[in-house]
Amino acid sequence: MTVLQGIFLVVGVVTLGAAVMVVTARNLIHAALWLILTLFGVAVMYGLLSAPFFTVIQVVIYIGAIAILMIFAVMLTRRVKQEAGSSVNQGWWMAGLMSLVLFTALVWMFSTWDGFQTTLPDLPEGLDTIKILGTALVSPNGYVIPFEIASVLLLAALIGAVAVAWEKKS
Amino acid sequence: MISLSYFLVFAAALFCIGLYGVLARKNAIAILMGIELMLNAVVVNLIAFWRFRTPELIAGQAFAVIVFAVAAAEVAVGLALFIAIYRRRNTIAADEIDLLKW
Repeated sequence: MTVLQGIFLVVGVVTLGAAVMVVTARNLIHAALWLILTLFGVAVMYGLLSAPFFTVIQVVIYIGAIAILMIFAVMLTRRVKQEAGSSVNQGWWMAGLMSLVLFTALVWMFSTWDGFQTTLPDLPEGLDTIKILGTALVSPNGYVIPFEIASVLLLAALIGAVAVAWEKKS
Repeated sequence: MISLSYFLVFAAALFCIGLYGVLARKNAIAILMGIELMLNAVVVNLIAFWRFRTPELIAGQAFAVIVFAVAAAEVAVGLALFIAIYRRRNTIAADEIDLLKW
């Protein structure tokens, strides 16, 4: 077993364990904290896949913004009654069964594909992926239209979020 | 040697855990957390395919950047909706938000 495999297994087990805690923890604040651990694990996965840019934006966007926003929302919508009673609905066993079936089906489907055991290719010599990504996102021959649409979407979401959560003074 | 199968199985497991959270949890914010897990699994898959299949093309990473932007927009609007619903109905349990249900 190589070092890379060792790191992958440790991080993978921690990440999946934390993900299970996210969906089972009764206290939502605890679930949000487990979510942060899961996101850190996924950030390490991006590092293993030699995409350091994604490691950084995972920490900045997901952990720095989204997870903190979740914690804010949990605190703003708390009530005593919520703590009592089950945190899952009556059909939870069906949901678990469906997830298991989907996982088995996915793994079976992957294992019948001949690219499944592709080993890690070496990155081409002197390839600066961050520079190429930055150029591709703003070049007309690259992905400038999806990039601009994404920025319009973010602006629309910003205005929409303010409009929806606005408290009208009557 | 680490192979593509590691990342695919990891992402599939993460996606299925997220799916369980979306289907089984009562609290709407917990459902949103499940969606975040699923989106993360998708991005892991995109980056893994980029790294193992086409490291000389950048399409996989560009796609992943767009997924990040969409995830941020989705969370912002989702949480704003839940706060608005909480203000009017004093609950965010998904089975009690049934105004549109016959």
